Amino acid sequence: MKVKGRAHKVGDNIDTDAIIPARYLVTTDARELGSKCMEGLEPGWVRGVSQNDVLVAGENFGCGSSREHAPLAILGAGIPVVVAKSYARIFYRNGFNMGLVLLEVGEAADRLGQGDELEIDTDKGLIRDLTTGESVECRPVPGFMREILDAGGLVGYAAKRLVQT
Amino acid sequence: MPHTLAEKIIAARSGERIDGPGQIVRCPVSLVLANDITAPLAIKSFRAMGAKQVFDRDRVALVCDHFTPNKDIASAEQVKVVREFARDMGLTHYYEGGDAGVEHALLPELGLVGPGEVVVGADSHTCTYGGLGAFATGMGSTDIAFAMALGETWFKVPATLRVDISGRLEPFVGAKDLILEVIGRIGVAGALYKALEFGGPVVDRMPVEGRMTMANMAIEAGAKVGLFAADDKTLAYCREAGRLGDMPLAPDPAAVYEQRMELDAGGMGPRVACPHLPENVRPVEDLAGTKIDQVVIGSCTNGRISDLRQAAALLKGRKVDKDVRLIVLPATPGVWRQALAEGLLAVFMDAGAVVGPPTCGPCLGGHMGILAGGERALATTNRNFKGRMGSLESEVYLAGPAVAAASAVAGEIIHPANLA
Ligand code: SF4
Repeated sequence: MKVKGRAHKVGDNIDTDAIIPARYLVTTDARELGSKCMEGLEPGWVRGVSQNDVLVAGENFGCGSSREHAPLAILGAGIPVVVAKSYARIFYRNGFNMGLVLLEVGEAADRLGQGDELEIDTDKGLIRDLTTGESVECRPVPGFMREILDAGGLVGYAAKRLVQT
Repeated sequence: MPHTLAEKIIAARSGERIDGPGQIVRCPVSLVLANDITAPLAIKSFRAMGAKQVFDRDRVALVCDHFTPNKDIASAEQVKVVREFARDMGLTHYYEGGDAGVEHALLPELGLVGPGEVVVGADSHTCTYGGLGAFATGMGSTDIAFAMALGETWFKVPATLRVDISGRLEPFVGAKDLILEVIGRIGVAGALYKALEFGGPVVDRMPVEGRMTMANMAIEAGAKVGLFAADDKTLAYCREAGRLGDMPLAPDPAAVYEQRMELDAGGMGPRVACPHLPENVRPVEDLAGTKIDQVVIGSCTNGRISDLRQAAALLKGRKVDKDVRLIVLPATPGVWRQALAEGLLAVFMDAGAVVGPPTCGPCLGGHMGILAGGERALATTNRNFKGRMGSLESEVYLAGPAVAAASAVAGEIIHPANLA
């Protein structure tokens, strides 16, 4: 998958209450959730985001609850890829299961600046910062996860399995 | 190869040879759990997968505990979806209304989880059952839908951080203080992706409810599971809950741990986690005099009968400060009834507390005790993220039931030993 968009930076330990506060969990609609994305961090945050923009985060991104509303809210906001130093594990599973691509780059995340134009090839594990000319490499999306992503998320993957049984 | 608790359980359940951390295994599950917030999404995914039946109607538990009794129309609609699904599937374990309690206190009490089992739940505090020696972990709704439909899941075998706790505990120091101390030392990402395995003399002496309190907060250090060996105490607890045939479980003596931590808890006082992360842990003395507006005693961390007994011992014959709202939510109907029988509810009400039904309620800022801007709460819950209990401008401090009860009386954070 190839994505081109602007970087929106957030810090370390961004928790799921920041990504989507519990009071908005009365719906499972991605668009509606997307309109409140990062509302727990900064009210109105999502207004600065355009389709195909990229979230660039620090360590332990997505810590906290197991709510899938969190990756859904990010996707609903128009963001298809997150680049972070590291992820909380439940969020990591949820991201792929929902079809949100998560790239782990360690400290290199610091080399990507707020608002920079990024070009990302998720299969190759390559992030190019077109604003600064920097490039960051990371482990490409693992094969098993790619199978899930290719099936459109875990739902499609399960559907294939259920047909077989 | 010698195994840690996590490796041992995964090896036994998956039937695969486990050579160490990082290996990905497919594993059958013993029980699948979801609640009123996460089940609707899981059901949606379940249907989207084309699944017609759950893999086993006795092994899927749905508990409506977060916004129940339904706080508004939207939450009522969510519960309706869950209720109808449970009926369609003929689920044995559906809980709502007078049957329902906070899921992670309820399932152990009902004997639905036990040592050596693999439990997955669409709730991050599913790790609580590690207190009974179960490999139990939280996942998202779609992972849960997959497990509901196919009765299996996949795991990456986690590396283990072994924590040994020794020393003689001071009065008013309990399981909550110990787990806060551990999180304070290793941080909210200190056990990321890992299994936390607890042991040592303090843990051996600790009652099972305390172990569940500690396992409950493993996720607050980023861990996948928080595990305890299953000993005589565990087996007695499980028998009491109506289970048969559970076996003891212990890690192999030569198990390989990625990391070890020794905690000498002797002389340590009660601990409090300050806003807005559970790792901001300080001795209670450092915070003495911090004014509070609300105290909540309850949740899957500290809403069990032993917690209520500790709180009642301090509240008996005393009054809650006039500027503090004390809210007590026994975690399950069983705990509620026991507290009633022991006269604890009368103690709480005489002290001026509100005694509510078993619900998550204020723990996640759901209902029944939401904070206004500028308000400060002290709670026996497990998360103090910004806005967790209401307004983004409010603050939550976390502590055990003794500190919570004493502080409700004092109107400010206080060491229980200093209560007049
Ligand atoms: S009591 Fe709080 S932490 Fe526990 S399940 Fe309910 S909302 Fe989650």
